[in-house]
Amino acid sequence: MAVTALYDYQYPAADTQDKFHGNQLLFVGWDDHFLFVAPLAFSVSPNTKFSDLVEKNLTFAYGRHADWAKVDFSKAVWLKSGQPFQPDFNKTLAEQGIKHKDALRLQTPGLNGNGTCF
Amino acid sequence: MSTVFIAFQTNEDTRPIVESILADNPHAVLDEQPAMVKINAEGSLVIKRESIEERIGRDFDLQELQVNLITLSGYLDEDDDQLTLAWKN
Amino acid sequence: MDMKANKKKLGLKEKYAHMTRGLDWETTYQPKDKVFPQATFEGIKVHDWDKWEDPFRLTMDAYWKYQAEKERKLYAVLDAFAQNNGHLGITDARYLSAVKLFLTGISPLEYMAHRGFAAAGRNFPGVGPRVACLMQSIDEVRHAQTQIHALSNYNKFYEGFHAGASHQIERLWYLSVPKSFFDDAFSAGPFEWMIAIGFSFEYVLTNLLFVPFMSGAAYNGDMATVTFGFSAQSDEARHMTLGLECIKFMLEQDPDNLPIVQKWIDKWAWRGIRVLSLVSTMMDYMLPKRVMSWKEAWEIYFEQNGGALFNDLAKYGIKVPDCIAQCTVDKEHQSHQLWLTLCTHSHAMGLHTWLPDAEEMDWLSAKYPNTFDKYYRPRFDELRERADKGERFFANTLPMLCQVCQIPMLFTEPDDPTKICYRESEFQGEKYHTCSDGCKHIFDDEPEKYIQAWLPVYQLYQGNCWPEGTDPTAEGFNPVAKYLEWCHIDAKDTGDYEGSSDQANFAAWRGAATQNT
Repeated sequence: MAVTALYDYQYPAADTQDKFHGNQLLFVGWDDHFLFVAPLAFSVSPNTKFSDLVEKNLTFAYGRHADWAKVDFSKAVWLKSGQPFQPDFNKTLAEQGIKHKDALRLQTPGLNGNGTCF
Repeated sequence: MSTVFIAFQTNEDTRPIVESILADNPHAVLDEQPAMVKINAEGSLVIKRESIEERIGRDFDLQELQVNLITLSGYLDEDDDQLTLAWKN
Repeated sequence: MDMKANKKKLGLKEKYAHMTRGLDWETTYQPKDKVFPQATFEGIKVHDWDKWEDPFRLTMDAYWKYQAEKERKLYAVLDAFAQNNGHLGITDARYLSAVKLFLTGISPLEYMAHRGFAAAGRNFPGVGPRVACLMQSIDEVRHAQTQIHALSNYNKFYEGFHAGASHQIERLWYLSVPKSFFDDAFSAGPFEWMIAIGFSFEYVLTNLLFVPFMSGAAYNGDMATVTFGFSAQSDEARHMTLGLECIKFMLEQDPDNLPIVQKWIDKWAWRGIRVLSLVSTMMDYMLPKRVMSWKEAWEIYFEQNGGALFNDLAKYGIKVPDCIAQCTVDKEHQSHQLWLTLCTHSHAMGLHTWLPDAEEMDWLSAKYPNTFDKYYRPRFDELRERADKGERFFANTLPMLCQVCQIPMLFTEPDDPTKICYRESEFQGEKYHTCSDGCKHIFDDEPEKYIQAWLPVYQLYQGNCWPEGTDPTAEGFNPVAKYLEWCHIDAKDTGDYEGSSDQANFAAWRGAATQNT
């Protein structure tokens, strides 16, 4: 449905990638860890290697949780737009098709804040 | 049947109004909360000018209710003599 | 009060007829649709504007008389408050967080409502609604003014009261939630505005905001807020009546109006519910002395009262909005999920938060037997444990936001409170994320509108939220600190109540008020 308006209603989107100075928005949520109440928003270069994303950005945010050090990334499950996704740690975001405003969801079975999901 | 309600600030202006409403609506239930008095009633509630005038000993304009009113629920109909609140279903 | 009723005057019905009808004229040198350009484009068909009647039958002369009386009462109390150190009468300075949220989040909305009703009054071709909208517009600006005025008494003593309406409403991340709600309504046509604000907000939801809030203020000794609150609320009863009259009018004018009205009710019920979710934290967590739980208030004012309303509207073919099922789930979780969010983000807020103590958690367990101990008590215990070690937890990375309600994506799946609810849409090749089926549905219906959303987190990442002259490439640049500076937030306004200057000052001044040393 289009907006009901008195005129041709067309305005630009506020958050297109060209406005992020070469970066892209990337959302990452870590299931069962509500110490982080919502998924996080990162502004990162599309040339960021996935391993750097995990070791730098995600570790900065999630490293304050005791479970983070226990995550076995060989067994971790990732979802992108709700679908299973197998990231390649040696490739950049752009190289593996992780686009502007994609939402990644990290699931680490067995780790859930000792049963509190916190 | 649904409940209608009306709530007023708790003060000396509203005390005789609340008394009148409770007298005129035997099915109404009083609910006193901090600084607020709420009257709940099944179906409908009527506020009569004459009943209030009897208690305060002077003429009363029902629109004076505006000053101390907090909230209400139900369809309202107001004329010179009474204000009614009701659900029509 | 001494206002003599004079029987010789016109009766109420006659007076209303004289003062709200026949005031208009037919246009001569411009066609009517040029004079009222917004009257028809939304698709609402009106055949007889005179069928619109204000059930209170309030006319302008009576309006001025009673509003003046309300103002006299209000300002007498405010003088007494200022003259008698009224600010020391509150239960605890923690309570002021609720007042700060009100002043920064709600008072600017009153001003926006003032503008919106002025515009609606201008745009309706019927005289009845124009008079009613005029009165409501004046009411709303009175509310903004009296709220800012009443709370300025706290600004003399406490942090966080200084810039809500002037700078923060357009900048601060959690205030974009209420602001965007009103922007959404104001940028619609006049009929949708009436459903959004007149009906959904004023009729269905305002009781949840004002009634328990003001009763809570009274319970916590806040004379200033109770007084402006009830003074404003006395106008709300009239606004609610207008909202209800308006929906009835649209539905009775033409059967073609039903699907349009239904769509707006569905949209604005959910928009309103999301906005008011912030109030849930106030009732369950911010009031040192609690009146009732959010869940109880929800059941009385939304489920029972809203239920009665929808039973009644059923005769027009109006259905209860689909989102109600979700609300029945949410009422058990909402306040806890939101307070945990505020607690872990108040380093970037203009008010203080705190972790509930043992007694407060027992109250929450009793009020929320199905959810509090199972899901939320362990989380507060963990935060308490960290705080006791001197590591009070505040998030160090900004959250993802819902494209529609603009609240961080903190809400959970309807069938699983341990899983975040992710919803995604695509429009013109760009992804958009929403927090719920309700918000996704609203986005998908009018994507052109919501793609423009000013989402604070993403604006910050774009570099639009710093004071003029800021160099983001400078050594040691701290984006969040610069953002707070831009929002006119001082470090003293933020963080935990424990250790705050509000806490220290309140204790010292109250001590001074009861002792001679």
